Amino acid sequence: MTDPKQLKDMIDSSPIMKDYADIESYKLPEFQVDSKIPEGPVAEKWTNYKAHQKLVNPANKRNLDIIVVGTGLAGASAASTLGEMGFNVLNFCIQDSPRRAHSIAAQGGINAAKNYQNDGDSVYRLFYDTVKGGDFRSREANVYRLAEVSNNIIDQCVEQGVPFAREYGGLLANRSFGGAQVSRTFYAKGQTGQQLLLGAYASLNRQINKGKVKSFVRREMLDVVIIDGRARGIIVRNLITGEIERYAAHAVVLATGGYGRTFFLSTNAMGCNGSAAVQAFKKGAYLANLCFTQIHPTCIPVHGEDQSKLTLMSESLRNDGRIWVPKKKEDAEAIRAGKLKPTDIPDEDRDFYLERRYPAFGNLCPRDIASRAAKERCDAGFGVGTGNAVYLDFKYAIERDGRKAVADRYGNLFDMYQMISDDNPYETPMMIFPASHYTMGGIWVDYELQTSVKGLFAIGECNFSDHGANRLGASALMQGLADGYFVLPYTMQNYLSDQIKVPHFSTDAPEFDKAEADVRARIQRLMDIKGTKSPDEIHKRLGHVMWNLVGMGRTLQSLVKAVDEIEEVRKEFYSDLRVTGRPDDLNTELEKALRLEDFLVIAKMMAIDALNRNESCGAHFREEYQTPDGEAARRDDLYMYVACWKYNGDNAKPTLIKEPLNYEAIKVQTRNYKS
Amino acid sequence: MYHLDNVSTGSSFLEMLDMLNQRLVEQNEEPVVFDSDCREGICGMCSLYINGHPHGPVQGITTCQLHMRKFNDGDTITIEPWRSAAFPVIRDLMVDRAAFDKIQQAGGYVSFNCGGAPDANATPIPKEIADVAMDSATCIGCGACVAACKNGSAMLFVSAKVSQFALLPQGQVERKARARAMVKKMDELGFGNCTNTGACAAECPKSIPLSNIARLNREFIKAKCAE
Repeated sequence: MTDPKQLKDMIDSSPIMKDYADIESYKLPEFQVDSKIPEGPVAEKWTNYKAHQKLVNPANKRNLDIIVVGTGLAGASAASTLGEMGFNVLNFCIQDSPRRAHSIAAQGGINAAKNYQNDGDSVYRLFYDTVKGGDFRSREANVYRLAEVSNNIIDQCVEQGVPFAREYGGLLANRSFGGAQVSRTFYAKGQTGQQLLLGAYASLNRQINKGKVKSFVRREMLDVVIIDGRARGIIVRNLITGEIERYAAHAVVLATGGYGRTFFLSTNAMGCNGSAAVQAFKKGAYLANLCFTQIHPTCIPVHGEDQSKLTLMSESLRNDGRIWVPKKKEDAEAIRAGKLKPTDIPDEDRDFYLERRYPAFGNLCPRDIASRAAKERCDAGFGVGTGNAVYLDFKYAIERDGRKAVADRYGNLFDMYQMISDDNPYETPMMIFPASHYTMGGIWVDYELQTSVKGLFAIGECNFSDHGANRLGASALMQGLADGYFVLPYTMQNYLSDQIKVPHFSTDAPEFDKAEADVRARIQRLMDIKGTKSPDEIHKRLGHVMWNLVGMGRTLQSLVKAVDEIEEVRKEFYSDLRVTGRPDDLNTELEKALRLEDFLVIAKMMAIDALNRNESCGAHFREEYQTPDGEAARRDDLYMYVACWKYNGDNAKPTLIKEPLNYEAIKVQTRNYKS
Repeated sequence: MYHLDNVSTGSSFLEMLDMLNQRLVEQNEEPVVFDSDCREGICGMCSLYINGHPHGPVQGITTCQLHMRKFNDGDTITIEPWRSAAFPVIRDLMVDRAAFDKIQQAGGYVSFNCGGAPDANATPIPKEIADVAMDSATCIGCGACVAACKNGSAMLFVSAKVSQFALLPQGQVERKARARAMVKKMDELGFGNCTNTGACAAECPKSIPLSNIARLNREFIKAKCAE
């Protein structure tokens, strides 16, 4: 708990903080957002929207160009579907092929309300679980639509030839995931993201073959070009040649993923970044709820300072694995000292703390809760390994179902674990610890997935829309594909219907000249610093600040300190950065430096957003706001809103704009996973 | 030839290269360029020919999953880019694998527009068939098979996709056209012929079996006979 005097001293001693700690000064009530939620009961909104939206006829679609940045589940599905509809699509990715996007690494599965298991599932229940899982901080209308189209996604993917797991009768198999009491998760071994992405990639390839989609690989977006108040193009850097290139279109779609690597260490791929979101922010798109970052409970613990990333162990493991730490502190100490092995601890001396605290959901409680519970045990001195790890034990499942059944379900995950840790999970429990995994916050979008900049859309993880303060397992794949296959292709037509007379844009427009000149100046500025620290070194420093101060447990004090320390890292970046090589050439250090510059913007906005939200909800746990038994205490009277932030300049304070959240179909209540 | 000290056995191979690059930057030299992204063996971005093996000496994993504990203190490690005419080297250890995308674009899909799919359980698929299709679909498109092959053949890569769709009911309509189109594109792009040495399957990080190539040959012959 924060000592008010200490806090006051801290704020007073920091000129920056004096300014930033005064949250009241951000609020400018004259700004408002229009979320464009259709009229009618929640279950009819999407149907009504589709019935009344404007369309673009086939002849006119041929004359309209759309840029899609990103080729993950959201980007690839949007690009291929828009191409199928007849639009001309320009599709960009930073990797050497669209198939590499990080959606490919999703392991466990994708949710849908099919109710194939006859266990009482329905669209309403998936909607309810998602809103509840998100701790009542998501937009009801969006989530209902997500649940509604979830079934279409499974149909679509099966038709593409996605080899989902099946039962012996030939029908689709399901398993359960955190935050649900039904089995609604479809999966393809531990490689569901890969199979879904390859399905979308196949559809994309078909459109590339037809000439409807043009694919540009190894290109990184460095700016959005705005002409007369609408997004009309992008500036990209060709990562092989270093050339700056211009592309124009009638609309721009960002499908650029999350900002989880702000923490440096995360389960995200090395190339994942928040740069597109920051470029959009600087051009007028609001960023929303950035403090909602998911820390995934089941990752392989950190091994040392040279570590580049963390590896996730799928949440599906919690179906059969039991999570525990020793009940006695002396046992935990002996294990850490190497004097005892986990298999030496008898069952009665094991604390299955999730089953103890949350009997109804047990090991399958939502991610935020499982992560905090692990941290709580480790902070209290019961951690194993380095002290920052807990056990995930399959002994019980192997005893119950046999080793073969467990190997069939999780064999590839067990192999992966053994490869990394050198331990055999069939014989000794896995060690796991929470790590940064997913970002619920992101670019603010309205019901049509359009940002606050006209013609600029954001889909998939890069938008803020569907998961509230916490995302449930197997819902990221669902959202990415819902946005790309079934939502954006409709709402895009509504936007483009009055753009049919607008001719193809020339990239010679003065707006493109200016955007390119700005990008070149920005790159030159970084090249000219000529300091001593590599981008990775500074990024690691930022990561430590974020993990320690804006991580799983936050306090007013830690956040105040974070803003201060982020500013210090920023100063170091601009005074001591070293970028080797040339700007007009393949230059991986320059790529890292540009991304880091944008992570610094996001880091500060995350801390400010967390500072503003004086409550605990979902993944945002402010230690000052907790119930006597350590659960998150929401403050619905004050914070039942989306915090949207508007950019006012690099050194100016952002403006806070609130989008109130109204719940009509669901009764707001305290999340309860105990009974 | 670079000399690197204090490499932890718990580090991954690519973390070792990160360390090397950090040191090069400290000396104001340009880092060694190599591709990597997910670092958990699924995106297919990393490559590297390590001590004469694609993805290094351990079977069934990618370079990013290789750990330094598999080497001995004091070892000299030889690292090369993928060896294949169809994968030109861009810089240092980075190669251009655009040819793989072009083969997929030629026919690696089911032609069907979003929105019109029947219910997912409308067509039951026997579990055994779905599992074999999944084993083929698990290919990550890294190119190790081509790099391992003395002929630089892409048969394992092409056969994995052709097999997946040949096994599943959804792939039947375009089965013959697909086999013809993908093989034609593969030949155009300068990949070599298959002489059944099996190096591709032996080095594949996802252990995709050689039986896929046998299936591709059958599919291709059937398709050609039907012309």
